[in-house]
Amino acid sequence: MNRLSDSALAARVAFDIPDGAYVNLGIGKPTHVSAYVPEGREVIYHSENGILGVGPTPPEGEEDVEMIDASKRYITTAPGASFFEHSDSFAMMRGGHLDIAVLGAYQVAENGDLANWATLDQKFPPAVGGAMDLVVGVPKIFVMMQHTNRDGSPKLLRKCTYPLTGLGVVSRVYTDLAVLDVTSEGFRLVELTKGNSLTDVQAVTEATIHA
Amino acid sequence: MMDKRVNTLAEAVAPIQDGASIMIGGFGSSGIPFGLIDALLEHGAGELTVISNNAGAGETGIAKLLKGGRVAKVICSYPRSPGSIWFEKRYEADEIELEVVPQGTLAERIRAAGAGIGGFLTPTGYGTLLAEGKETRVIDGRGYVMEAPLHADFALLRAERGDPWGNLSYHGTARNFNPVMATGARHSIAEVRHVSSDPLAPESVVTPGIFVQSVVEYGVRP
Repeated sequence: MNRLSDSALAARVAFDIPDGAYVNLGIGKPTHVSAYVPEGREVIYHSENGILGVGPTPPEGEEDVEMIDASKRYITTAPGASFFEHSDSFAMMRGGHLDIAVLGAYQVAENGDLANWATLDQKFPPAVGGAMDLVVGVPKIFVMMQHTNRDGSPKLLRKCTYPLTGLGVVSRVYTDLAVLDVTSEGFRLVELTKGNSLTDVQAVTEATIHA
Repeated sequence: MMDKRVNTLAEAVAPIQDGASIMIGGFGSSGIPFGLIDALLEHGAGELTVISNNAGAGETGIAKLLKGGRVAKVICSYPRSPGSIWFEKRYEADEIELEVVPQGTLAERIRAAGAGIGGFLTPTGYGTLLAEGKETRVIDGRGYVMEAPLHADFALLRAERGDPWGNLSYHGTARNFNPVMATGARHSIAEVRHVSSDPLAPESVVTPGIFVQSVVEYGVRP
């Protein structure tokens, strides 16, 4: 099957982020999305630790430990940026002021349930961060992930088996194999990665994909 | 004239007793009062409840308190960070209690404590493990979880500028939990990079001095 590379997947997500959007990029792979937003669009990036208007990485030697994003990477400010404290930051997230959040996931269910904060491994201390606040407050939740686990087992399920982050919160899923919308009937195919057939992608997906 | 300045970090943390609950500002490497934490370790108080976003990384900050066996309980949103070895060690050995709180709920519980609110309904966590055992309500078809205010005996803060009245301002993303924690604790102690004897310009004050009990200059930025 044809698989998008991580950078091609980031570019595919970035293509759907419109001009003027306020966007939160989750830690890990979603942070790369900003590098691929088509030229001519102004997107304002929010980071939960208290900045709206995250700018590019500073040049070497100009890093400031008090200028970081939620992934703890060094950042600069973009024009029009602002700093604020945590209550305000989460008011933006929970209060529906942001437009889009892009998150990674362990599992997504056909009803839009998301599991991305804890596994069933009890000795691994759970860490939720801001994920639960984001998913209840941001109108569009885009999930960006590999279509299957490393062992080939499905991540797009009828029902999540890991602890949930939020119920019925996912809008769209971007994987290396396909783009799917979450609808009232379940997953609906938006597009297949070039060269893949629906039959092939369905074979590695537990939930039904509606054409 | 009101003067909340104290001369040393040791003097600032002296009121902290065994078993105290302590909010500690910071997110990742930003806005952590490293000087006050070192002074607290030196001071010797133990059996502490630490309320912070993270549970320390490497060998500095909260990780030092965990390493020193001073912490009985951690209340945080994200204990597991790259390099959070001391948290993991204490957690795996069952030597500390952990309460995981969604980050926005953590901030709002602290805000509620500081603002005299008896609790609030949030959609965050509804239907998840973190809402188990909590009161819930459905309002206009949407589920909410009842969350309680989170008070603390002390807050340790990190600010960029301060004055004798306890007014504070911050630098960059080092603001994070510091202003809200200043309101949620009964005794807030601020480690400040530049303390002036002149008042800060009122328009530039982020944390009004009423929320701060002592200010100590600590010029080192990590």
